[in-house]
Amino acid sequence: MKYEIVVELKKEVLDAEGRAICQNLSSAGYSNLKSVEVSKRFILNLDSGMEDAKQIAEKFLANPVSQTCTVRQLDH
Amino acid sequence: MKDIKFTVDAIKKTSRAVEVDENNSTIFQELLKINRLSLEEYKLLKSIMNRAPTFAELGVFSSMWSEHCSYKSSIKHLKRFPTTGEHVVVGPGENAGVVRLSGKLCAAFKMESHNHPSYIEPYQGAATGVGGILRDVFCMGARPIANLNCLHFGSKKHPRTPYLFPQVVKGVGDYGNCMGIPTVGGRLMFDDTYNGNCLVNAMSVGLIHEDRIFKGYASGVGNYVVYVGSATGRDGIHGASMASDSFDSSANEERSAVQVGDPFTEKLLMEATLEVLEKDLVVGLQDMGAAGLTSSSFEMASRANNGLFIDLNKVPTRTSGMTANELMLSESQERMLMVVEPSKWSAIEKVFKHWDLAYAIIGEVTETSRVQAVYNNKLEIDIPVGPITDSAPRYDRPMEFKTPLNDPKFDQVVVDTVNEQGLSTVLNKAIELTGDKEKLYEQYDRHVGAKTVLSSEQEGAAVQWLRSEWSDPSEPNLGMVVATGVQPAYCVNDPKEGAAHSMLKAVRMVVAAGGTPLAATDCLNYGNPEVPEIMGQFSAGVDGISETCRQLDVPIVSGNVSLYNETDGSSIDPTPMMGVVGKIKDVSWASPAIVSEESELFLVSGVNTKPSFGASLVSGILGFEKTRGQIPIIDWQAERQAMSAMVQLSQHVLAARDVASGGVLVCAIKMGLANGFGLTLDAQLGVLNLLGERSASYLIAVKSESVKTVEEISGTFDQLSLTRLGRYTTDGEFGFEGLVMSLDDAKSLNRGLCYFN
Amino acid sequence: MVAKYQQLKIGMIQFPGSNCDWDLIDAYQRHFGITVQVIWHQETDLPKLDGLLIPGGFSFGDFLRSGCLAAHSNIMASVKTYAKKGGAILGICNGFQVLTESHLLPGALIQNDCGTFVCRGLSLSPCEGDSGYHKLISDKDSLSIPVAHADGRYVIFGDERKKLLDQGQVLFSYEDNPNGSVDSIAGVVSENGRIVGMMPHPERATDLLMGSSEDGRIILKAFLESCF
Repeated sequence: MKYEIVVELKKEVLDAEGRAICQNLSSAGYSNLKSVEVSKRFILNLDSGMEDAKQIAEKFLANPVSQTCTVRQLDH
Repeated sequence: MKDIKFTVDAIKKTSRAVEVDENNSTIFQELLKINRLSLEEYKLLKSIMNRAPTFAELGVFSSMWSEHCSYKSSIKHLKRFPTTGEHVVVGPGENAGVVRLSGKLCAAFKMESHNHPSYIEPYQGAATGVGGILRDVFCMGARPIANLNCLHFGSKKHPRTPYLFPQVVKGVGDYGNCMGIPTVGGRLMFDDTYNGNCLVNAMSVGLIHEDRIFKGYASGVGNYVVYVGSATGRDGIHGASMASDSFDSSANEERSAVQVGDPFTEKLLMEATLEVLEKDLVVGLQDMGAAGLTSSSFEMASRANNGLFIDLNKVPTRTSGMTANELMLSESQERMLMVVEPSKWSAIEKVFKHWDLAYAIIGEVTETSRVQAVYNNKLEIDIPVGPITDSAPRYDRPMEFKTPLNDPKFDQVVVDTVNEQGLSTVLNKAIELTGDKEKLYEQYDRHVGAKTVLSSEQEGAAVQWLRSEWSDPSEPNLGMVVATGVQPAYCVNDPKEGAAHSMLKAVRMVVAAGGTPLAATDCLNYGNPEVPEIMGQFSAGVDGISETCRQLDVPIVSGNVSLYNETDGSSIDPTPMMGVVGKIKDVSWASPAIVSEESELFLVSGVNTKPSFGASLVSGILGFEKTRGQIPIIDWQAERQAMSAMVQLSQHVLAARDVASGGVLVCAIKMGLANGFGLTLDAQLGVLNLLGERSASYLIAVKSESVKTVEEISGTFDQLSLTRLGRYTTDGEFGFEGLVMSLDDAKSLNRGLCYFN
Repeated sequence: MVAKYQQLKIGMIQFPGSNCDWDLIDAYQRHFGITVQVIWHQETDLPKLDGLLIPGGFSFGDFLRSGCLAAHSNIMASVKTYAKKGGAILGICNGFQVLTESHLLPGALIQNDCGTFVCRGLSLSPCEGDSGYHKLISDKDSLSIPVAHADGRYVIFGDERKKLLDQGQVLFSYEDNPNGSVDSIAGVVSENGRIVGMMPHPERATDLLMGSSEDGRIILKAFLESCF
């Protein structure tokens, strides 16, 4: 089964990478660009249920101090 | 265990892969074009092979005979370099040159270019450039301890520059930082000449014991040929050929040819390599760099006068369906080829497993003197080792030499123009153009390894405290001093003397820090060698550098050539980048190029030294052609005396800087600026003396109590003069020629270099 | 050389990609006469130790998150047991990242707010606290120790942050914050005062000959004192 996990920074944490990309694109002419947020996406190929996928996501792929994550099963 | 089945009979029975069809004219022409081989070169190939080549064989010749791998346009001239000397342990021809520092302690070093890949994909191009030069150093058994990077970009106003600059800097930084090797120096320059061709020259220096220097020989028939490192993919196919070709405006299409780096794997590979060498587990070792498996197998076989058999099906891959051509030419990074005796196999496997590296036995050493490779039961490669290197094309390309325009009135013209525009206006621009590079070097870890004494932030040569048990015990504070230098504008004006000045620039930085130069490496970046004027520049450049080597007894021990730096028919200014390695007996004597205490400023200069404005920073600011006027005349005796004098003076001076771009005034201001020291000059010296550029000249900052000693020491050198210029104080301003510039104004101009607005 | 330190058994975990390991070993050898034992991450058990070091570098290439993969390596179970028993641990730079990822110290280290790697000499202000480390640095107005990191921004929020501050667990803060760390925190101490994590590199500030201060020696010594 395939699970998609998206890890994002918590709202209270400054997204330094996103900010740098936004500034860069703005200087390159995209003056309408208001913001950029960077997240990471993992695809797990896992012979197991949602519980396991959630555990991998929350205990390993995301750091609970600074990040949140969402997990969903992918359709075939 | 080994699963390779090689016998001469088995090869005879293996059917050959499809050969190139010379009769199909359109396809044949296309093949030659893709492989960047001329018809004459193809005919030479056929005379070696006595038949048409297979596609894979054609690719092998294409890479091995590319400019980048074979040096076909340059080798005739490179032979004129002085390459021997009492400190030289390994000269040019190996992966890196080696020079003795002290006792059995040696430094292995080289500089290499990665210009074309960096223009196309700047982050990976720069990163893999660093990776490549590191492999050249550690595959000799030397642990790298210092990296330097010379970066020349187009004008700040050119649209591509604001993209290239931060990406290249990040690529250099990320790779070196992850490897744990400090990046301690280098150069940064913006000039229109590089608008279509940026230059990324990476240098690395490593330490090695004189008796443990390793060279890559595929010796011992029956020994295993072992692949270790990252799995092979399609990176950089035809990268060697690309590096040998000029750009036209379709550069973006080349993107797939650029290699992708993984410094984490390289760190593991480096540790594994040094460990297997330490434990005597290999007889041959070669990194897979430009032209990948191809060049490494041929180089090792040729050095040992043996042959190699390779089963390409055994090569670890990360992409399926690769052709034999792709497997031989892939430039996937972080891979080594090793030759191992069967008895050592289980020990070496342990090392690979410890460091978690992919590895495979992919072949064996044979007596055939040929490199033979099979893939999917077809004989794809069957090439004699000797001829492909011995008979490689060597060109004696036509040359044209332009006599430098001698314009004795030029200096006065510049002086008048400066006075018209205002000294302050010109000076402001000069400070900005030679501005601070903190934004760049802050991204480089300069201290990992805990050896760095001086680096980029002190604005002079890099100095490292070696603390090695291999060096002479009477020198416990022994240091290594390294610097890079080039004078491209001078080379436009006078290709021979300009190249001499390029090497002198690096030498003078080493000398200013208190070091004694021992040997040099070069990275010769020139335009299209098929243009006679460019070939003439190259040849003259070699002569200029050679003269410097002879006069100062500093030989060339390694180097690299990058030709075809040309876009839409326009070549770059000749840019012979030089790296000089030296030593200092005691690092506590090493002088930074910035002042940190109130002190007296003196100029140490050749008695016959005269300032001039030809191809200078100031004449460029005023819009004059680089060809106008005369560049500083070199007085070798004064240069040699200055080398000795600065070593003796180093214990008594607080800071020292060679007088370079912008002349005495600009350099004196820079020396005080970093730590907030202002300066008022004692006397009015005139525009030529203040801004003109000169040879054999150094600024030294001396504490009052040391002045007498400094005067005594300088007095013993009959070709040198010592002139007091002024005093560094915390008064917050620079005073010269009746004018005043505040420290704060100078600081904000100085910051401008690395920022784009 | 202080004799009492030489009897200490000090170990150091080495991960693939650790690269400030030999700097730390060299500093302890030269300044304290101690031979640090290298422990490879694949070992499952720590030897008997008085103190444990986790060095700087790019363990596992900083993949996923700096220090994360290292925190899940074989040796770490044994390290956690050692920590639970009150063992003394000093984590420097990547070592600090490993300690937060292992939950042996609170908070997390993420990308510098400027978005780039920063290598710079800087000054640290000692903070209030009761640990042995605090006592050894409290008489200094500031410590001069350099940083070199891309993921040095220390973040901690809500109750965790309150607890850290209330319990005096901040060891020192940056006088001029180079990376956006919350409260300019540069180093923290565990609740029991035995585990320290810091982003600056004390092993790079041990010799005047290298143009740095010798303030790093104070930290290296504080670690040894904590081993008794």
